[in-house]
Amino acid sequence: MIRLEKRPQPSKAWSLATPLVAVLATMLAGGLLFAILGKDPVEAIRTIFWEPLFGEFAFYYRPQLLVKGAPLVLIAIGLSLGFKAGIWNIGAEGQYIMGALFGAGVGLAFYPLEAWYIFPLMVIAGGFGGWLWASIPAYLKVRFGTNEILVSLMLVYVAEQFLASMSLGLMKNPEGFGFPGSRNLQQYESAYNADLIAGTGMHWGVVAALIAVIFAYVLLNRHMTGYHIRLTGEAPRAAKFAGVNPSRLILFCLGTSGILAGLAGLFEVSGPSGQVSIDFNVGYGFTAIIVAFLGRLHPVGILLAGGLMALTYIGGDIAQANLQLPSSAIQVFQGMLLFFLLAFDLLTNFRLSFGKPEVA
Amino acid sequence: MKLTNLLTSAAMALGLATAAVAEDPTKVGFVYVGPVGDGGWTYEHDQGRKAVVAEFGDKVETVYVENVAEGPDAERVITQMALQGADLIFTTSFGYMDPTNNVAAKFPDVKFEHATGYKRNTENVSTYSARFYEGRAVQGTIAGHMTESNIVGYIGSYPIPEVIRGINSAYIHAKKVNPDVEFKIVWAFTWFDPAKEADAAKVLIEQGADVILQHTDSTAPQAAAQAAGNVITFGQASDMAEYGPKPRVSSIIDDWAPYYIARTKAVMDGTWTSTDTWDGIGAGMVGIGEISDAVPAEVKAEALALKAALADGSYHAFTGPITKQDGSAWLADGETADDGTLAGMNFYVEGIEGDIPQ
Repeated sequence: MIRLEKRPQPSKAWSLATPLVAVLATMLAGGLLFAILGKDPVEAIRTIFWEPLFGEFAFYYRPQLLVKGAPLVLIAIGLSLGFKAGIWNIGAEGQYIMGALFGAGVGLAFYPLEAWYIFPLMVIAGGFGGWLWASIPAYLKVRFGTNEILVSLMLVYVAEQFLASMSLGLMKNPEGFGFPGSRNLQQYESAYNADLIAGTGMHWGVVAALIAVIFAYVLLNRHMTGYHIRLTGEAPRAAKFAGVNPSRLILFCLGTSGILAGLAGLFEVSGPSGQVSIDFNVGYGFTAIIVAFLGRLHPVGILLAGGLMALTYIGGDIAQANLQLPSSAIQVFQGMLLFFLLAFDLLTNFRLSFGKPEVA
Repeated sequence: MKLTNLLTSAAMALGLATAAVAEDPTKVGFVYVGPVGDGGWTYEHDQGRKAVVAEFGDKVETVYVENVAEGPDAERVITQMALQGADLIFTTSFGYMDPTNNVAAKFPDVKFEHATGYKRNTENVSTYSARFYEGRAVQGTIAGHMTESNIVGYIGSYPIPEVIRGINSAYIHAKKVNPDVEFKIVWAFTWFDPAKEADAAKVLIEQGADVILQHTDSTAPQAAAQAAGNVITFGQASDMAEYGPKPRVSSIIDDWAPYYIARTKAVMDGTWTSTDTWDGIGAGMVGIGEISDAVPAEVKAEALALKAALADGSYHAFTGPITKQDGSAWLADGETADDGTLAGMNFYVEGIEGDIPQ
């Protein structure tokens, strides 16, 4: 008989090992799934994990990993601060959209003027847009005690309607023959978030993501606010006695995650995407939640997890084209990753014991 | 001696390479915005892909990637296909326009075909679309005859010229056979979302619509109409025959197969050039699905006559006199619409109520 026994102390070893074990379990279960679909499981797993990094066309895919991973890491870092303190921002997707709209709006307003200060202004506007959108659930929670999970999630759908409205109306490209979508910012030099070194995928969003990782690490380990965040999450009552102001903490955590999500949106709309369009958002805000947990809410962990998620996306698309795996199988594969992580997480706090229960 | 050796081996290598090229199948890539099992838009493109395989057998190799988001993901997937040796790539959603042109600029030897767009920045990009509005004219005629409440519900996807053209065409022809007809339009802001489409259909039915026209891709509105009872629908993009003979009384079918086969052949023969194709019923790109027995024989005959007139070019779906919604004149008596105006159509014709969302 197998029983779960609570550990006196959470196991440090398991805490570090679970992400790796989860990845391995996903490979096994995913391989089984691919085998049932009649594909060579080893080849499928190899295509997903190996091909983008070391395959024949890795020179193209490696930069794409940065492009795909940067917004995930940037958003997930912001989310992790709140998650650590038990403040659940589920609406990063909406903040991402609003950041893109504010930032692109500033850029488009200057068109066709070319000046060095346009892009910095767009960055500020992008962060502001995300902050504004995240401050709504924060304020409502502080003032009226509403549930930030619901409010932030619902605001995603409101943001999507704004996005559609902007693509069809105010920001529509006047030279676009009536089709929806803004001008392409890639063709507007002052607003274009180009690769800093051509062909490397290293745009300002990647730089911002790396800075955010360092910033979060310092904040959590060396700063009073970071201590308050951790304390509130681990021992809410103790935090109260220690004089943590919960309202300020809510405004700070939601506000910061909003700013980072907004910046991610701005860097995406002015760079890889280039355009405000109805289908601009592709779910980074939601995937970042997985990334945050996969990275154990730790800045360095999130960096690695963002890279891993990006890898499964890019490798997944290659597997679709090369092996004709259905895209739903790839999505199941990605879902397994979170599932196994949460399942193995149990081992951090519990241990398996075999044999008969001891009589107390 | 050494040099000759080198040359010989080079020549041999070249010979081998040419032989390899001759036997190498033409690789054709397809990028889809939805799942191949959507039963509508993407499904029909995939049928076209299968037709290419059936036509050329071993001489082609096709690959596809489904559920590709518009934007950077599309650009990556298209690049990936080009890198892996595709000779011809079909990108089948409007939002792939800039990504397609961006990749085309980097791969001058690969041919690109973008559906429903207007940008052909380089010599290796073609665009193609179908004159779905011709099918809408036939639909409008049947809808005008069949409605008893005189309310026709219309599920729009996005307020872009293609969709607005369809609404106008359906309305003009419904009005022609039934002056009392009224159109209620709901915008779903999606191409494929069964839940949203079903909601839109239910709202329209509650408002008294007994005919539902849809410009979205799923069969959810068909199911909603079936549940409601006395409502008729038309298959969109695909035949959706499983909902016949009622509620589905007919359909507009996108038939990409002839075009895909012709373009693949052109690449094989080396005769491919950059073109802008906009074909309708006549060329077979737009098909009208079997009109079911739920439609009275004389209505069916009238619809088929209209289809024939559209096919042989004796009638244009936008023939004047037509006035715009704001009351200004558009087409004089007997005048037909030019393709430029149709391509960028952003106004309703007179009689349609409501505004195009901005």
